[in-house]
Amino acid sequence: MMQVGLTHFLVLGAILFVLGLLAVITKRNAVTVLMGVELIINAANINFIAFARYLDKDIDGQMFGVFVIVVAAAGAAVALAIVLNIYQRMRSVNLDEADSLAG
Amino acid sequence: MTSFDVMFYVIAAITLFSAGVMVFSKNIIYNAMGLLFAFFGVAGIYVMLGADFLAATQLLIYVGGILVLLLFGVMLSQRITGLEMRTDTLQILPAAIVCGGVAAILLWMIWKTPWPKADIGPPEPTTRNIGTLFMTDYLIPFEIVSVLLLAALVGAAFIGRRNAQ
Repeated sequence: MMQVGLTHFLVLGAILFVLGLLAVITKRNAVTVLMGVELIINAANINFIAFARYLDKDIDGQMFGVFVIVVAAAGAAVALAIVLNIYQRMRSVNLDEADSLAG
Repeated sequence: MTSFDVMFYVIAAITLFSAGVMVFSKNIIYNAMGLLFAFFGVAGIYVMLGADFLAATQLLIYVGGILVLLLFGVMLSQRITGLEMRTDTLQILPAAIVCGGVAAILLWMIWKTPWPKADIGPPEPTTRNIGTLFMTDYLIPFEIVSVLLLAALVGAAFIGRRNAQ
């Protein structure tokens, strides 16, 4: 077992990303799909900060990490407002039932 | 194995297990709890990478903000009194193929790329530097993100209110 380095953090980020992708694709409930999106964003952020620590030796990656967190918060707020609106209209948050725009 | 390695494996195991609970559990409350501990684990990873300010931000915004928001979404959109707290899954086979492919490509690239061997020093406090950079080099992105947050706040309040015409 080798010493923990950049590779380990990248592998952790990759696995988290794939788990988030799995949740986004398979879940039927819109709120759990949003949870998957948050997992993907966290995985990307781990990569930013791992590169900032091991390759860049600077703090720019961490600045991007802060911006990513802020934009994720804004996105989650708007997405949840939309989900609640869908629930009010259709009494359901299942994504396969919200298909009134499909042809 | 140094204590750093042991810490990494413990935190990574907690993170991945919680993320697994979030993805594979059928109960939406278990999903949210798994996500909670996954966020805690990611904050621990940030600490191990020397990003103390980001770890605190992660706890404040993700655990204190986004997760509570998601729980609100769960509570307001499920029939709590009924037995509707389950969430079904769709398209298991295509999803497994796509995710397996993406995982294989990512891991293969990580494995194949010759990362430079870096001798990193001990982590230093970052909060002062981040604050300085926000007011100097990153002033324009900072302002843009402020406006974006305001717009998202107004938009979410407008979309989410009852009887929006």
